Amino acid sequence: MKKVWKAVIIVFVLLFLYLPILVLAVYSFTDATQLGAIRGFSMHNYVTLFTTPELRNMILGTVALAFSSAVLASVLGTAGAIGAFYSGKKTSSAITAMNQVPVVNADVVTGFSICILLVVVLGVSKDTFIPLIVGHVTLCAPFVFLSVTPRLKQMDASIYEAALDLGATPAEALRKVVIPQIFPGIVSGFALAVTLSLDDYFVATYTKPATFDTISTYVVNATKGAQTTIKTALWALSTVIFLVVILLVVLMNLRAGSKENSERAGV
Amino acid sequence: MGKLSFSRKSLGIPYALFLALFVVAPLVVLLYYGFTNGQGQFTLANLTGFFTNPNTLGTLCYSFAVSVTTTGACLLLAYPTAYILAKSKIRAKSVVLMIFIMPMWINFSLRITALKEILTLIEGNLAFYPFANAVIGMTYDFLPFMILPIYNTLVKLDESLLEAARDLGANETEAFFKVTLPLSVPGIVSGVAMVFLPAMTNYVVLDMLYNSTYIMGSLIGSYFAAYNWHGGSMIALILLAIICLFTLFTKGMEEENNPRGGALL
Repeated sequence: MKKVWKAVIIVFVLLFLYLPILVLAVYSFTDATQLGAIRGFSMHNYVTLFTTPELRNMILGTVALAFSSAVLASVLGTAGAIGAFYSGKKTSSAITAMNQVPVVNADVVTGFSICILLVVVLGVSKDTFIPLIVGHVTLCAPFVFLSVTPRLKQMDASIYEAALDLGATPAEALRKVVIPQIFPGIVSGFALAVTLSLDDYFVATYTKPATFDTISTYVVNATKGAQTTIKTALWALSTVIFLVVILLVVLMNLRAGSKENSERAGV
Repeated sequence: MGKLSFSRKSLGIPYALFLALFVVAPLVVLLYYGFTNGQGQFTLANLTGFFTNPNTLGTLCYSFAVSVTTTGACLLLAYPTAYILAKSKIRAKSVVLMIFIMPMWINFSLRITALKEILTLIEGNLAFYPFANAVIGMTYDFLPFMILPIYNTLVKLDESLLEAARDLGANETEAFFKVTLPLSVPGIVSGVAMVFLPAMTNYVVLDMLYNSTYIMGSLIGSYFAAYNWHGGSMIALILLAIICLFTLFTKGMEEENNPRGGALL
């Protein structure tokens, strides 16, 4: 391929991916209400974003939901992966097969089916947050399971046996030998669970209480309405999230860079 | 051994129960609702209703068209990008890859909002090109999911195979079509799986771009809004059947890592 073509493709894809976010980021610092009409510099979108109770609750709620479902998903998924790994072939493949369903299934179907079971059949009120939490844990736990399982397979089984020979109880051996070895898998599973929950729209929309909104459900509803102050405040939110993501990626790369030579398993 | 392994095995019980309760049971409930009517009697009406109603059939065709076009557009953009990245001589390849993957961690609804503003500026009124907007929106949303698995297969590709091809007289183009492309099929299949199915169901992107046309996912939404659990369940089952067919079809051909998680591991 010619060099020029390579550059054209890369630049085009980068523009496509980033131009909308960047343009919005620029406009979020003005008092423009739509693109095109550039006016003066202003921070009022950011003030609105952080002082409007409705927006603040929605952001905090989304983050709280993401972390609590990620914690639950990590505990369940990790325990499940360890259990499946040491179980017989039949049990293990049964768990793996069930685990695969939410991974390949459309989120619409996952959300709708959980809503039907819990809300319609069992009569659980959405206001209890139970359907929402269950939905998000169902969405996330399979990915924790999937990121822990390879770590278990890489593990040296004899270390666990050695711990038992040296007098550790099975629980101690699990805590002091197995968990530390699979820990990187748990961490990446947790991170993945957080991002999945943060990005989810479908499961939340079918299972959330009417008065509660995640960022996704809120933004989708807000784009249908015509409230300009909210709309431009969301530009600010998108800019803040963009900056947070950049910061996290830079931190991750710095950490990966410093560990590069010592250990680079997985990918 | 028996006693010791028991405690480790039993760790799996809560998760197995959880999956049985919230993954398997909901599917059983879907089956029950899909094949019964309001009085709880067995019926095929929901199924035949779907395949005889021109609206639902039209929706199926429309989502199929949106999905195929989106997948094609993603592939056309992602393959060259992944190829250039994988072949480049720069040292910090994984860092550069991050730049292309990063949008996937920004909330999709906010990204689509941004795209909507840009498209409105360019097109004036989004209602003029509903199909194109749907495809642009979905491509924008899903492109990173296509780049990542293709990059992963290409970067692992054994250079010596290409050298062998050249030694045996293949020129660059031949070497690409006979070596590189066939060997990158697992990445392509993974990428297609990550884009094709979500593109059939992700109705929010269409909603947000003022495209009022239904796609498969939004049918579920419309039945849900109308409290019609039976019809909604049937649509969910039909979607599930499509997903199963697709998964069976691509089984064993995919890249090992799931792209949805690949970037973080």
